[in-house]
Amino acid sequence: MVTSTAPSHLTARERARRAARGGPSRSVPASLLVPALIAIGFLVLPLVGLLIRAPWSHLGAALSGSDATQALILSLWTASASTAISLVIGVPLAWVLARSSFPGQRLLRALVTLPLVLPPVVGGVALLLAFGRTGFLGQYLDSWFGLTIPFTPIAVVMAETFVAMPFLIITVEGALRSADQGFEEAAATLGAKRMTVFRRVTVPLIAPSLGAGAVLCWARALGEFGATITFAGSFPGQTETMPIAVYYALETNPDAAIALSLVLLVVSVVVLLSLRDHWLRGGSAS
Amino acid sequence: MFAAASLMGTFTQLGKQFDAAHPGDTVKFSFGPSSGLSTQITSGAPADVFASAAPANMDTVVKAGDAADPQDFAKNTMGVAVPPNNPGKVTSVTDLAQKSVKVALCQPQVPCGVVAAEVFKNAGIKVKPVTLQPDVKSVLTQVETGNVDAGMVYVTDVRAAGTKVKGVTIPASDNAATLYPIATISNSNHKSEAQAFVAYVLSPAGQQVLTAAGFKKP
Amino acid sequence: MTHEGSDGLVVDAEVRRGRFLLAVSLMAAPGQVLGLLGPNGAGKSTLLSAVAGLTPVSAGRITLTGQVWDDADAGTFVEASGRPVGFVFQNYRLFPHLTVAENVRFSPRARGMGRRAATSIASHWLDRLRLTDLADRKPDQLSGGQAQRVALARALAGQPALLLLDEPLSALDAGTRLDVQAELKRHLADFAGPCLLVTHDPLEALVLADQLIVLEGGRIVQQGTPAHIARQPGTDYVAKLVGLNLYSGHANGSEVVLNAGGTFVIPDQGRRGDVLVAVRPSAVVVSSQRPQLSSARNTWPAKVAGLTLLADRVRLNLEGQPSALVDVTPAAVAELSLDPGSQVWLTVKATDLEVYAHSERQPA
Repeated sequence: MVTSTAPSHLTARERARRAARGGPSRSVPASLLVPALIAIGFLVLPLVGLLIRAPWSHLGAALSGSDATQALILSLWTASASTAISLVIGVPLAWVLARSSFPGQRLLRALVTLPLVLPPVVGGVALLLAFGRTGFLGQYLDSWFGLTIPFTPIAVVMAETFVAMPFLIITVEGALRSADQGFEEAAATLGAKRMTVFRRVTVPLIAPSLGAGAVLCWARALGEFGATITFAGSFPGQTETMPIAVYYALETNPDAAIALSLVLLVVSVVVLLSLRDHWLRGGSAS
Repeated sequence: MFAAASLMGTFTQLGKQFDAAHPGDTVKFSFGPSSGLSTQITSGAPADVFASAAPANMDTVVKAGDAADPQDFAKNTMGVAVPPNNPGKVTSVTDLAQKSVKVALCQPQVPCGVVAAEVFKNAGIKVKPVTLQPDVKSVLTQVETGNVDAGMVYVTDVRAAGTKVKGVTIPASDNAATLYPIATISNSNHKSEAQAFVAYVLSPAGQQVLTAAGFKKP
Repeated sequence: MTHEGSDGLVVDAEVRRGRFLLAVSLMAAPGQVLGLLGPNGAGKSTLLSAVAGLTPVSAGRITLTGQVWDDADAGTFVEASGRPVGFVFQNYRLFPHLTVAENVRFSPRARGMGRRAATSIASHWLDRLRLTDLADRKPDQLSGGQAQRVALARALAGQPALLLLDEPLSALDAGTRLDVQAELKRHLADFAGPCLLVTHDPLEALVLADQLIVLEGGRIVQQGTPAHIARQPGTDYVAKLVGLNLYSGHANGSEVVLNAGGTFVIPDQGRRGDVLVAVRPSAVVVSSQRPQLSSARNTWPAKVAGLTLLADRVRLNLEGQPSALVDVTPAAVAELSLDPGSQVWLTVKATDLEVYAHSERQPA
């Protein structure tokens, strides 16, 4: 005969809370709590270090001497442009990978997620070899249209898109795979052709994952350094993004570097918080 | 061994020769812009020897107390590197001031950027680059890939690149030089080996390798 | 059994899904409700899927009013979105991110109608199904019965030529089911095109369907009117499933006067008007003599017209006022010496009778 274990203590408030919620105990077991705390420490302490060592007394002076504003504006709009492009061409690709089947599909999936494992500088070199002035595509752009992509903000957007888009593709592909296709069947019987089904049913139902993927993509694009500096180069106001500005500032004016890092940190936290909130509130469909 | 990017070819060879002569010791290199390397050293990076492309960066390290008694072991001057087919039709350093010529320079705080600025001052020109690269080797990459029409690098880099680039000589009147100091790091764990390497660099054998690459005597 | 240019739905096809093969030949006339009955895995959902265009047929054809929707030999296929079909799914599949009104408006909009026209059609159906107050709610804020009505409204708003219903009431609890069933019957009666209704509930099949088709293992094993099938089950499964006594009559409070003769005492729920009364064969007690002083309120004499031996019981066909099908054990048959012609007394408790409202239209 099995006997029950010895009772533990619950305060009145804990009782009320658990009665309202229902379900078994949700307190974190020690074997999970300890590693979790270590993880928190590992991720948060460097940021705390940044905050502690920041030159709070002369923050403004440290920033004004550098290319902070230009770099910030460039970083923000290029990261957003990269995310927008990733959404427009990445979501259809995710759909093709998730919903269709054709020979070589696995290879294609491996290829499009390659930028995830490729060192960003290698990505930059690859972009140069394709779209640089003597690149196998770039040379035609140059000779036919006199158009050179490197050293322009377009190149920054291209480099950031190259490294960040796979994050969006992977997230969306996963969501599409696990989505309930019953709704799409229902839409078809109601007379919706495939594009209509995609627009009005498929995409809205994966909206939370789409949002998360876009945020991931934006964050990755914002922090990109190696591919950008190799393909787009670096020039203040044109192609010098925040990460590059921080890297250079570190060599000449460490205080400015810390100040710039703080600015990037604050802007990122604000964006990430506001977006996560929006998507969490948006509903738990699918 | 933290060494300036422009020393990549010569020091790798010196390292091999040193290893051969001193079995049991291996030299490992970390190449990069001198300004970046000096920051790493003053932040506590585990280096045994520092070879800088400019005295200024060595002074930073010495002032921080991480090195003492630097000795100059080489001198370098600048040259203009252009792609083999010279798309910008660059024949002299003054051509770099033309708007149509795409120029790659080093970042202003890196030695090759400092010296390039001096050269432009001597030549009386203003150059607007399309990109400011972290170190001299990445400037060379931009030229090698044909992405830019010209790049300001050291003469040793032009020579090292061989057929990948063409060099345009800068007249001595306009050119500027930079001295390369070398020193052991104070809190190195391999003091004797470090000193041995410094001695090797300064020795006739070491100097021969450097001169062969185009470095001048200090 | 193909009829060229005939009105209504004609299916004469095979559908292969993995190892399963569905091979059927059936017709549903405009205005007719064809009930599809069968055990799990019989192929009912596969059939609906094929008619809707979600699965192509492997052989044969599907046509509606002479228009070919799917022809395996000719290689033609009309996509689901191109077929004017209204499909009510078992789990409704209401779009969770759209309101009730937007759900109902979906089909006219998807078929190309302008926003104003679509909204007015949607309003019409929201009204018909008493959903106007719920128009701005999201599906997760609806009760089962409400969701079912929205699913029906959404299907009808697309102005379909054919209705497909996949176990439309199975997700509802017993109480709601009866009410919704009556309402559904009214709407089906008003629908001009053919309707295929899949169900596993024999009562639902008997009430809602004009014709029944029984599917087993991908084949039609019996078809006919519900009454016919109940009376003469083709297989054991059908007998167990569809063996049901169904009577129409007129209720006034605690009594129902049956059209076929006889009176039943029912639990008094204040019912008045036309009703249907259902009694399961296993709920009727057979006695060789008239029972004295029992709690059962309904007792009447009948004569054994026939006996059918089923797997574990004997089904008696009894004539009387009213007539009935009754299941008894073989031992009981022996004990009571039941033969064709034997006179017996039938008893059923008032509480074993299922009574519900019935529209004017008689089942065929």
